[in-house]
Amino acid sequence: MLEELLFQLEMSAPQVVLGLVNGAFYALLSLGLAVIFGMLNVINFAHGAQFMMGAFVAWMLLNWAGIPYWGALILSPIIVGAFGVILERTMISRLYKLDHLYGLLLTFGLALIIEGLFRNQFGSSGLPYAPPESLTGAPLDLGFMMLPKYRVWVVVAAFAVCIATWLIIEKTRLGAYLRAATENAPLVQAFGVNVPRMVTLTYAAGVGLAALAGVLAAPIYSVNPGMGSNFIIVVFAVVVIGGMGSILGSVITGFGLGLVEGLTKVIYPEASATVIFVIMAIVLLARPAGLFGRA
Amino acid sequence: MPDTLAPQMHETITDSMLAIRNLQAWYGESHVLHGVDLDIRKGEVVTLLGRNGAGKTSTLRAIMGLTGRRTGSVVFEGRETIRMSPDQIGRAGIGYCPEERGIFASLDVTENLMLPPKVREGGLDIPTIHALFPNLKERARSLGTKLSGGEQQMLAIARILRTGAPLLLLDEPTEGLAPVIVQQIGAMIREIKQRGFTVLLVEQNFRFAQTVADRHYVMEHGRVVDSVTNSEMAGSMDRLHAYLGV
Repeated sequence: MLEELLFQLEMSAPQVVLGLVNGAFYALLSLGLAVIFGMLNVINFAHGAQFMMGAFVAWMLLNWAGIPYWGALILSPIIVGAFGVILERTMISRLYKLDHLYGLLLTFGLALIIEGLFRNQFGSSGLPYAPPESLTGAPLDLGFMMLPKYRVWVVVAAFAVCIATWLIIEKTRLGAYLRAATENAPLVQAFGVNVPRMVTLTYAAGVGLAALAGVLAAPIYSVNPGMGSNFIIVVFAVVVIGGMGSILGSVITGFGLGLVEGLTKVIYPEASATVIFVIMAIVLLARPAGLFGRA
Repeated sequence: MPDTLAPQMHETITDSMLAIRNLQAWYGESHVLHGVDLDIRKGEVVTLLGRNGAGKTSTLRAIMGLTGRRTGSVVFEGRETIRMSPDQIGRAGIGYCPEERGIFASLDVTENLMLPPKVREGGLDIPTIHALFPNLKERARSLGTKLSGGEQQMLAIARILRTGAPLLLLDEPTEGLAPVIVQQIGAMIREIKQRGFTVLLVEQNFRFAQTVADRHYVMEHGRVVDSVTNSEMAGSMDRLHAYLGV
């Protein structure tokens, strides 16, 4: 009995870890979407493209400028975030007074254009990006399974970034401005806070989170123009399940659904690709505002 | 309405802290202010009286730059603010307490209190605010919307007293509150006047207005149509009743 259980554990552990890695990306990406939606009321459909840009900028930094992984981890989110500032100032800011749908359509269009440009320039096949040397080499041996160092790093780093973002929003003065402006932006502005600038920087921060996820993903998945759209559909399901705009909800749901997906691969592999969408349908029927959303 | 019906000022005020001339404002296509003129001296408490829809709230919002388009002139401490954004107007030293109080539901009482940035020296410190509003100290960790209506009103006023803004715009602070709370708010307004704050107060209840204000403006159809000092008020009741229909 015990042996059988151990065998089961040994069989399922790698899938659970893989699930956690996927969950780390779901959490980072849905966190960025939640931050942007809370402040701008825009569903940022370009999030997947910005994730992909993060990975490509890391690749460019390495191959064109010789800047290694650790530098890219800082620089790529800044560069892609700056690109987000331009998008927000020149285009997205014109749509705030309109329905959500317009922001969604604009950013969806932007995503298609960005992906098209990258596909035109780099092709669809994917470019290799090696993990940093300090995170390669012998995997950690846990006795019942071997754990690749880089994957452990991804889960830990994503978790730390999620917690840091949550702390900034819940515990700092800047976070209090953000939460207050999410409720009543004109009043916060009348108190003397430059809300339009805060909105721009919030968009940049959300985009930067997507780019950071992209750099983390670059050594795991090959760097290719379609890598964002593969992820983003699942991420939107995660956001719907967690509740649009809920920060903590998106983090918990992201990791949780990654795990569920991993476990499904063990229990009933055929359902692993659809299990998240089944959960989404159930949640939408039972609790349309999402598990952590305010109705 | 022709411009010949412009208000007859009882006196020309030259030392205004806030001087508003021909202020017009729109919400989208709807023209809500049709040329408001008023003056407030430093240290005064002045009320805007008038029926519902006369433009009292819109006047405060237009001063803050929170309406849509606005034209005319709003000079605060000698600076023209008509082309400033709301955050610049707030920074210039005007504190705003909206009619719906604007307490943030996702912030606790302390966070609500500390939210507006300091714009100038001379604001009340936290011990003074807690002495003025003991309830806010007791409920420091409650979420803003768990407070009673009176406590929310106190919090909405307290948080702009902290910033050092010398001019406070209070939109119907007594609305919907029990008489005992209304009395507390009256006492609090007299106290902050003592401390040198200047207040522009929107009121429906002119018996209350009489107990706190130096002067009163009457609004009708988006403009100021009359003004009366508090000492003249008793003798002007018939005229005021005609405006306010009470």
